[in-house]
Amino acid sequence: MSTVVKVKGLTKTYGNVNAIQDISFSIESNKIYGLLGRNGAGKTTLMHLITAQQFASSGDIQVFGEHPYENNRVLSQCCFIKESQKYPDNYRINDLLEVSSFFFPNWDRDYAHALIELFKLPLTRRIKKLSRGMLSSIGIVVGLASRAPLTMFDEPYLGLDAVARSLFYEQLIEDYGKYPRTIILSTHLIDEVSQMLEHVMVIDNGKLIIDEDADELRGLAFTVIGPATSVESFIVGRNVIDRKPFGGILSATIMTRLSLRDQQQAATLGLEISSISLQQLIIHMTNGRLNGKVAIDQ
Amino acid sequence: MGFSIDDSRPIYMQIAERIENDIIQEQLPEESQVPSTNQFASFYLINPATAAKGVNLLVDQEILYKKRGIGMFVASGSRMKLMEKRREQFFEQYVVTMIREAEKLGITAEELTNMIRRGDKS
Repeated sequence: MSTVVKVKGLTKTYGNVNAIQDISFSIESNKIYGLLGRNGAGKTTLMHLITAQQFASSGDIQVFGEHPYENNRVLSQCCFIKESQKYPDNYRINDLLEVSSFFFPNWDRDYAHALIELFKLPLTRRIKKLSRGMLSSIGIVVGLASRAPLTMFDEPYLGLDAVARSLFYEQLIEDYGKYPRTIILSTHLIDEVSQMLEHVMVIDNGKLIIDEDADELRGLAFTVIGPATSVESFIVGRNVIDRKPFGGILSATIMTRLSLRDQQQAATLGLEISSISLQQLIIHMTNGRLNGKVAIDQ
Repeated sequence: MGFSIDDSRPIYMQIAERIENDIIQEQLPEESQVPSTNQFASFYLINPATAAKGVNLLVDQEILYKKRGIGMFVASGSRMKLMEKRREQFFEQYVVTMIREAEKLGITAEELTNMIRRGDKS
């Protein structure tokens, strides 16, 4: 497996705002990555830096083994679909497809037209006459049909209804299965995309707080509920990331893998145990109460 | 979205369990071909690599085997092997839990046995 993106000590500051703070990671080829985090966490800035649309304040970025800045060998292999992507107002949709075929060496014309039909887009209508949802759909069509070795979607959903989103997911998985490539999906709709991801990166306040295989994160934490005194004795010495008292009941979320001994101990104390979802885990880790202090136990 | 994948447990394990269930219920008879990882991925809307990990887990346990260039198949004798494994789990998972809950509700062993008989008939 080769490395597509390698980032070392990357920092980006705007004035006195640290948008990206000393981030390092690698992105391997032919995997689907989720770039997750709250609004303003730094996801979009990071993707702008990878695609050389902004300069880093410090640190190093290599894409396909080279510096991306004004480097056509690198940039022709990247397709970046931005949130509220803008296209020239006077273009018709078919002009846009024509232009895209020049930009992307792997462009698949037939697939693009099949997608246009699937998303019910009017091929000859001008961009300025399209609804927000249609514009988002076009971004998705271009992103998928580009078959770019590194394809990035930054919140491609603006104005898209649930049906169109689900069409996008189906097409993404099917086409990726046929033509494996590196895909980065940046989104805050974690529960909708999580099961399609192979790897998860979570950014919080400009810092990379999770960089982990998605399945490794599932079942990494669990919630225990029961009479407060019993729960208190169960959680002694454990890594508690959330606690909610309710009358005489306490619900505590613990960051650790559930062992058979834990299960037995909980059963003896009469406590209920449930694993938490990937989305809940990320919410706990980015809600600001932990200040990024929790390390992931391996 | 997708078809009832539980996001709180590793997905590759859930895929392996589903294949196991299909073998036990003979929806996937021995020596029949298992769907490809891309078919699993499209059906459950999951990552193909995750589906492959689930399938490979069963290859490691010799429940499935690979025919080069064709795909994955259910090994002979795998149904019995899975049933034995599931029977052991059944005690821990259902019987022990049931007895604990019964104790909590003050149900005696005799009442519990009667309940099981009644459940068997319905």
